[in-house]
Amino acid sequence: MNACAPGKMQYNDNYKGKHNMSEEVKLMKGNEAIAHAAIRYGADGYFGYPITPQSEVMETLMALKPWEDTGMVVLQAESEVAAINMVYGGASCGKAVMTSSSSPGVSLKQEGISYCAGAELPCLVVNVMRGGPGLGTIQPSQADYFQATKGGGHGDYHLIVLAPASVQEMADFVGLGFDLAFKYRNPAMILADGVIGQMMEKVVLPPYRPRRTEEEIRKTMPWATQGRTPDRERNVITSLELDPAIMEQRNIKLQATYRRIEENEIRYEKLNCEGADYLMVAFGSMARICQKTIELAAAEGIKLGLLRPITLWPFPYAAINETAKGKKGVLVAELNAGQMIEDVKLAVNCSLPVEHFGRLGGIVPSPDEVLAAIKEKLM
Amino acid sequence: MDINEIIKPENLVYSKPTLLNDNTMHYCPGCSHGVVHKLIAEIVEEMGMTQDTIAVSPVGCAVFAYNYVDVDWIEAAHGRAPAVATAAKRLNPNKLVFTYQGDGDLAAIGTAETIHACNRGENITIIFINNGIYGMTGGQMAPTTLEGMVTATCPYGRTPELNGYPLHISELVAKLAGACYVTRQSVHNVAAIRKAKKAIRQGFENSMAKKGTSLIEIVSTCNTGWKMSPDKANAWMEEHMFAEYPMGDLKNV
Repeated sequence: MNACAPGKMQYNDNYKGKHNMSEEVKLMKGNEAIAHAAIRYGADGYFGYPITPQSEVMETLMALKPWEDTGMVVLQAESEVAAINMVYGGASCGKAVMTSSSSPGVSLKQEGISYCAGAELPCLVVNVMRGGPGLGTIQPSQADYFQATKGGGHGDYHLIVLAPASVQEMADFVGLGFDLAFKYRNPAMILADGVIGQMMEKVVLPPYRPRRTEEEIRKTMPWATQGRTPDRERNVITSLELDPAIMEQRNIKLQATYRRIEENEIRYEKLNCEGADYLMVAFGSMARICQKTIELAAAEGIKLGLLRPITLWPFPYAAINETAKGKKGVLVAELNAGQMIEDVKLAVNCSLPVEHFGRLGGIVPSPDEVLAAIKEKLM
Repeated sequence: MDINEIIKPENLVYSKPTLLNDNTMHYCPGCSHGVVHKLIAEIVEEMGMTQDTIAVSPVGCAVFAYNYVDVDWIEAAHGRAPAVATAAKRLNPNKLVFTYQGDGDLAAIGTAETIHACNRGENITIIFINNGIYGMTGGQMAPTTLEGMVTATCPYGRTPELNGYPLHISELVAKLAGACYVTRQSVHNVAAIRKAKKAIRQGFENSMAKKGTSLIEIVSTCNTGWKMSPDKANAWMEEHMFAEYPMGDLKNV
């Protein structure tokens, strides 16, 4: 397993907060874990707007009142549009800032996300997906895969997209998402779904980490707008450049960053793939369902393996191609009408049959439905 | 008399503010933006806030404000400057944070952000350039365009039947409990420039004293968009714009 470590959160004995300094084991919802993990990471700000099924993120933060302790700012904005632009403003100042929403709200944020990508701003956006299109439903879905991984907003850009499959990963990916965002100066997204946001599981919360001081920001992020000091030119955070020759160079620089991310940050998990006859590829809550499908199939003498992409962008093309070798077929299971399957087909390049199983409109399938689809489509 | 006799320091009565750099401005001759930029540069310097100022520029003619005033700038998406400034100020409570926005940016696409930032009483100053037109995109109708005024998108003159009425943002904001100072100024002559400078400085001081949101509306000319010479634009502004948007404080608490 090319697993993600639980963030890179380290104990820091300079921290003078009132909280327990060490790890804590709790039972909570995925959305609540996001909130706790953000405070513990040392996030500087959260800006949100209520929308089901992710409102517990802001509700938990407001109840925990981190501004009294770590100094983290939590603000309910007038819209998702305002919230992502608050993220843009905070990230411009070198702060660790985030927002969360669900599908229709994330659509509203796309302009701001594109601006963050264009201005190379590290930030974290959480999408707890619900069914669409339009106002859709409040039930779980994975139908924003294209939006998250192929751009979403305008222009040539990519988000680093992390797909949690447990409440533990909801907590862990806050730290991982921020760390990757700052490492590459690029926005990161946690692409969860309503199941992962709402379900309760045991979670190990990481130890607290102090927020960065102004001095640390000025030192480690010399581009940040913290006020111009005599030793430097003014800093300007912008995605605008009217000279196409310079704008092309800026785009080439962004593309170089994306290539570095593709080289270094692909993450996935493999389950039971050795000796399996068929391979399932699934992410998020659908991957959890497929885990159970492996057991059901084994009882019938059918050998199934599962490859779970953890980073949806960068996508584990090579790992899927390698893992699929020698298999009789691949089933891509998603809570949508067939989105990730396009990347899986690119990965295996027509070397074996690739079929899709999906439920739409907020329906979450049972493990035996997935097994039935394998029998029907691949056997 | 030799020129060097005249430029002795003791004879110096005026100099360009050091925060206003030498980049060639893209603004049209006669435009009000350059004057307001100069006032901001003077005030930030006089307040000793250079190292602690975060300015937010809009989309519109002033999008390039960051090229001219030597402080740190964030260029916001169209209309979103008050949201951007909200976070910049809340996360850096000891910095001077202001937005600089035109009427299309602030009063059309950014109305929600403007109203809500002011209503929350964000400790920021909003500098609002109102010239009744979209300048950057070529002279289209703004929410603030006067009735009967001809623009590229109301070529027969603005009519309330088709386009509604000129929007009075400052009067709206003055009703909000979070706004501490709302004033309407202009920069078309020396006396007006002096008053405008005093108003912007008060806004900045309010922000640092955490008194709430200050909105400084500067009724301005867009002689290119209005298709007038600069002096005719000034006269037209006094006659027509000031009648719709009267000068003076709307709120000062």
